[in-house]
Amino acid sequence: MALGNASTSRTPTASVGGARKGSRPARYSAFDIFRRGVTHADWPRSFNEHELKKSYDVVIIGAGVHGLACAYYLAKNHGITNVAVIEKAYMGGGGSGRNTAIIRSNYLTPEGVRFYDRSVKLYEDLAVDLNYNVMFSQRGHLTLAHNDASLRTMHWRAEVNKLQGINSSVIDAKEVGKIVPYLDVTDHARYPILGALYHPPGGIIRHDAVNWGYARAAGHLGVEIHQQTEVLGIETAGGKVTGVRTSRGNISAPIVVNCTAGWASTICDMVDVKMPLVTHPLQAAVTEPVKVFLPAVIVSGSLHVYVSQTDRGELVFGASVDPYPSYSLRGSLEFTEGLATHILELIPSIGSLKLLRQWAGLCDMTPDYSPIMGITPVEGFLVDVGWGTYGFKAGPVSGEQMAQLVATGRTPELIAAFDLARFADGRLVGEKGAASVGH
Amino acid sequence: MLVIDCPYCGPRNSTEFRHAGEAGKSRDVANSTPAEWRRYLYEFNNPLGWVREHWFHSSGCRRYISSERHTGNNEVRWVVPFGTPAPSTTSDKETGA
Ligand SMILES: Cc1cc2nc3c(=O)[nH]c(=O)nc-3n(C[C@H](O)[C@H](O)[C@H](O)COP(=O)(O)OP(=O)(O)OC[C@H]3O[C@@H](n4cnc5c(N)ncnc54)[C@H](O)[C@@H]3O)c2cc1C
Ligand SMILES: [Zn+2]
Repeated sequence: MALGNASTSRTPTASVGGARKGSRPARYSAFDIFRRGVTHADWPRSFNEHELKKSYDVVIIGAGVHGLACAYYLAKNHGITNVAVIEKAYMGGGGSGRNTAIIRSNYLTPEGVRFYDRSVKLYEDLAVDLNYNVMFSQRGHLTLAHNDASLRTMHWRAEVNKLQGINSSVIDAKEVGKIVPYLDVTDHARYPILGALYHPPGGIIRHDAVNWGYARAAGHLGVEIHQQTEVLGIETAGGKVTGVRTSRGNISAPIVVNCTAGWASTICDMVDVKMPLVTHPLQAAVTEPVKVFLPAVIVSGSLHVYVSQTDRGELVFGASVDPYPSYSLRGSLEFTEGLATHILELIPSIGSLKLLRQWAGLCDMTPDYSPIMGITPVEGFLVDVGWGTYGFKAGPVSGEQMAQLVATGRTPELIAAFDLARFADGRLVGEKGAASVGH
Repeated sequence: MLVIDCPYCGPRNSTEFRHAGEAGKSRDVANSTPAEWRRYLYEFNNPLGWVREHWFHSSGCRRYISSERHTGNNEVRWVVPFGTPAPSTTSDKETGA
C-alpha cells in the first residue's frame, strides 16, 4: 500500500497528486478506489517530510495517538498550525501501534466515565472527520465476574455509568452465554462465571488507521511530523520552557507537550519534574486466523486475561502488566503460559489454536490508574501521560482537551481532575477497579 | 527471562520474586511531614538505565534482597542481602545499554 511506503521511505518521491504543503489533499472515497483501480494511478503520499525549522509555536514530543491527535485538534479547532511533532523512532511505534485497540467508557469514577465517553463519541465520528477508515466496531464489551466481590464492583460501575448516561448494565451468566455461546458458563468451570458488566458501545478499532489518519489529517492542515528525531533535552529560562534539543538540531518553542507514555519519566527528568510514574511492559499475543465466532470483547479481571477477534479472524489476547518495572520490549514465556492457562479456562474449545506472535509495549503506570494531564511546575511544559494500559481509547479526547489547554491557557473542565497536583493534594481518581487488567 | 541470583538460594527465575520497589526510599512513620510522605508514596525515579531496587523472594527463602539492574535490557549487575552496602560499580555512563 502506498501508505506503508510513504511512512517508511526517507526520500520524498514525486507522485501523482502528492499532498505537498498547501496543495489540496486528495480525499479518499469509494469512487477514488475505483478510478485508481482502473487507471492504475498512483496513490498520493499520505505524509511529507520537512526540514526541521528553528522555531515552532508548539512542540509535541511523541508521535503516538496522543501526540498526533493533539496536533490535529490544535490545527483543526484552533488554527494553530506552526506545530512540530517530534518522534524518535516512527509514528505509532510506541503503545499506539502495540495495543489491543479496545475502546470503552465503562469506568468507575464519574470523572473517568465522562472523559472516556467523550472519546467514544469522537471515535464514532472519526472516520468521517479524518476521511480515513478507522474500522471502529462497537460490538459490545463484557467484563466477567467470577466471585461476589467482582460482581459487587460490576454493579457499582454499572450504576456510576448509568448516572452518566452510559449504556452499561450487569447481566447474569445465562445472558452471557447467549451473547457468547463459546464461553464456558457452566458452574463446573474452575472459576464459574457469575455474571458480567455488559457495555454494548464498547468494541475494537484499527489502531494503526487511527494513528495514520490523525497524522495524515494533521499534515494536511500544515502540522509537521518529524520521525527519527529524538528529543535529547529541554531548554528553560527563568522557570519557563524555551525550546528543545533534538538529534537533528535545536528548536525554540514556548510550549512543549510531553506525549511519550512509557518514556514520559525520561522526558520529565529533562526539566526536573518528578512524576508518579513507573514504566512496566505489557504483553499481548495473537493467534492464527479462524472463522469469526467471537461476537464481543471478553475481559476477565479474576483470570487476568482478555480476548477479542479481529475482522481477519485472529484472536487478540492481553493480560496484566509484567510484574517488575522495565523498558525492555522482550516477550516472556511466563506470559504465554499464564495466558494460555487462563484463556482455556474461559474458552476450552480453542485449545488447538496456534499463537502467531507475541509482543510488548511500555506502560506508564500511575498510582490511581488515571492519567496525568495538564500543567506542571515548569511554565510551558505540559504533560499528557500516565496512560498505563488503557490510553489508546483516550487518544481523541486527550488530543482535543490538550489542544484546548494549549490554545486558551486554561485547563478544560473535563480533564481538571487529572492534574499532576492531585497527588500532592490527595485527590486521587481511583480507577483500579475498572482498569487493572490492561485494555 | 530474568534470572536473579539470590544470595541465599542461588540463581532463580524472577517469577519466584516479588518486586519491592526502588531502593533509597524511606520515611519516618512518626515524624515525616506530608511533603515527605508524598515523595515517599508518589515520586519515582523510573529511570531508563541502572536502578537499585529490592526484591522479596516470596517463593524461595522469603527474604528481602537488593540488586542493581539495567531497565533497558534487564541485565543484573549484582545482588546482595537486604541492608548490605552496595558493591562499588562503574557509573551509568560507562556501561549503559
Ligand atoms: C500490549 C498493550 C495493549 C494495550 N491495549 C490497550 C487497549 O486495548 N485499549 C487502550 O485504550 N489502551 C491500550 N493500551 C495502552 C495504549 O497503547 C497506550 O496507553 C497509548 O497507546 C499511549 O499512546 P501515546 O500516544 O501516549 O504514547 P505512545 O504511542 O507510546 O507514543 C509515545 C512515542 O514517544 C516516542 N518517544 C519516546 N521518547 C522520545 C524522545 N526522547 N524523543 C522523541 N520521541 C520520543 C516513542 O518513540 C513513541 O512513539 C495497550 C498497551 C499495550 C502495550
Ligand atoms: Zn532466596
